[in-house]
Amino acid sequence: MRNYLAIVTKELRTLFVSPIAYVVLAVFFAITGYFFYIILGNVIEFVMQRAFQSQQFGAAPPPFDAPAAVIRGFFGVLSTILLFLIPMITMGIFAEEKKRGTIELLFTSPLTHLQLILGKFTALILFLLVMLVPTIVNSILLYLLSEPAPRLVTMLVGYLGAFLLGGALLAVGVFISSLTENQIVAAVLTFGTFLILWVIDATAGTGSTITNETIRYLSILNHYEDFTKGVLDSQHVIFYLSFIFLGLFLTSVSLDSGKWRG
Amino acid sequence: MIQAEHLTKRYGFTTAIQDVSFEVRKGEILGFLGPNGAGKTTTMRILAGFFPATEGRAIVAGFDVFEKPLEVKKRVGYMPEHPPLYEEMSVDAYLRFVATIKGVDRDKIDSRLSDVKARCGLAEEGSRLIKHLSKGYKQRVGLAQALIHEPEVLILDEPTIGLDPKQIIEVRELIRGLAGDHTVILSTHILPEVSMTCERVIIINNGKIVVMDTPENLTSQLGGGERIELDIVGPVDNLSALLREIPQVKNVSLGEPQNARQPVLVETEGSADVRHLIARKVIESGLDLYRLSTQTMTLEEIFVKLTTEEETQEEETEEETQEEETE
Repeated sequence: MRNYLAIVTKELRTLFVSPIAYVVLAVFFAITGYFFYIILGNVIEFVMQRAFQSQQFGAAPPPFDAPAAVIRGFFGVLSTILLFLIPMITMGIFAEEKKRGTIELLFTSPLTHLQLILGKFTALILFLLVMLVPTIVNSILLYLLSEPAPRLVTMLVGYLGAFLLGGALLAVGVFISSLTENQIVAAVLTFGTFLILWVIDATAGTGSTITNETIRYLSILNHYEDFTKGVLDSQHVIFYLSFIFLGLFLTSVSLDSGKWRG
Repeated sequence: MIQAEHLTKRYGFTTAIQDVSFEVRKGEILGFLGPNGAGKTTTMRILAGFFPATEGRAIVAGFDVFEKPLEVKKRVGYMPEHPPLYEEMSVDAYLRFVATIKGVDRDKIDSRLSDVKARCGLAEEGSRLIKHLSKGYKQRVGLAQALIHEPEVLILDEPTIGLDPKQIIEVRELIRGLAGDHTVILSTHILPEVSMTCERVIIINNGKIVVMDTPENLTSQLGGGERIELDIVGPVDNLSALLREIPQVKNVSLGEPQNARQPVLVETEGSADVRHLIARKVIESGLDLYRLSTQTMTLEEIFVKLTTEEETQEEETEEETQEEETE
């Protein structure tokens, strides 16, 4: 436990001392803020249009949940931004230790790989929270100012989804970083892997064969959609948790293999 | 304290070390000597538990490195060739982190910190960021890191590399001061370092142990005769013939005269000391003797001799096998 906490603290320190963390945070907040504004504007315009049309035709407009539309749009954008930024924060997590030789210190200390991997992953998860939590400001504004107010549960489920998705992406990033000692290689490979996981369902045919279903199941985005709608389905939660487990397990295998330790 | 038995490490098809066996007693300083790429680092990494050997077994501080790695790692301080430093940390923060993961008790960390800093000459540098330190100071932090948990065994890979002469002397003294309480293995490709700090030397080349002995024994065993340098003023035309009258003198060579002094190198055979005979000959022939000193074979020469002998032997055996094949 003590070792684990020491690794968590050390990783957080490393993250927040490097400029990367601040650049990532700044970019993340700027883009999420901007898109929130755009999405809000679009939805308001759409609602006004409908009101205007219904006035012209003298009929009541069909019901439309405007706040939910904003939330859905917002979490959709959030996931895309995470896809781009997470490789930036995972690329160095093991690659940098190898490049600087500090992996020799870690591997010759009485630490288990589990402590090391979980410590690093926890630090990254905490960083993810630092990214996600401030965006709650947007949601609070939406909650206070919109009429009718959005359902609180919808927003919370959305955040849970973003958190799980982020966690799964982090686990993949950690694994890829453990394969190389070059940060850029790690970042590019991680981003490529994310893209494949993102669009993989496009390669699935239209039929409902087992292959197609499997490919569709693997698409990391399909599982995210329900969360943005405020629907909490245990199968999606399990999907992301098993993704995290797989990523960390592969990291452990990669550290054990010792092939690169020339 | 350290037992290495038939250690072999292969990376794919290349063999880094082959059948390396040795033992280090408690409190001893063992020097690992060899050219770059001889397998020093590989051996040390195996002993420190960084990676497992392909074959063989290593027991460090009473525990098998492969079966009880955590127990071994608690008792070993390892300083890799490039000190494993987190440059963005201050010296104190770094040493505190290392102390924690090495399992130093929470309430002992402060005292250990000030102890190693004093030992390694870092007392004033605690709050400085490691990236702002000079190479020599970084090396000291690397050494402090290896000492922080009072390990029984210290494994130091090229501890004096990149230091200036004054720092090298300091580090050597520090290492010598560690003997007794700690068992130390250090590697180097600088030969005088071994004779200055180590009680026993292992010379390793191409992944195999060439020889294992005390520095003094190595010098005397392989020296086989002495080389005596003379500085002489006067006509030296007959000197060579005169000196050869002494039966032990094998060879006499004249160097380039400098400031009217003629340097002469006399090589002798056997263990008899003939310096007085040489001096008498020189004086009797009416020449002025300014200097007479013996030159023992340096470890450099022993090293070159051993490693080249090994190669020629290998070549010979290869030729023999080829001949056998053709027959």
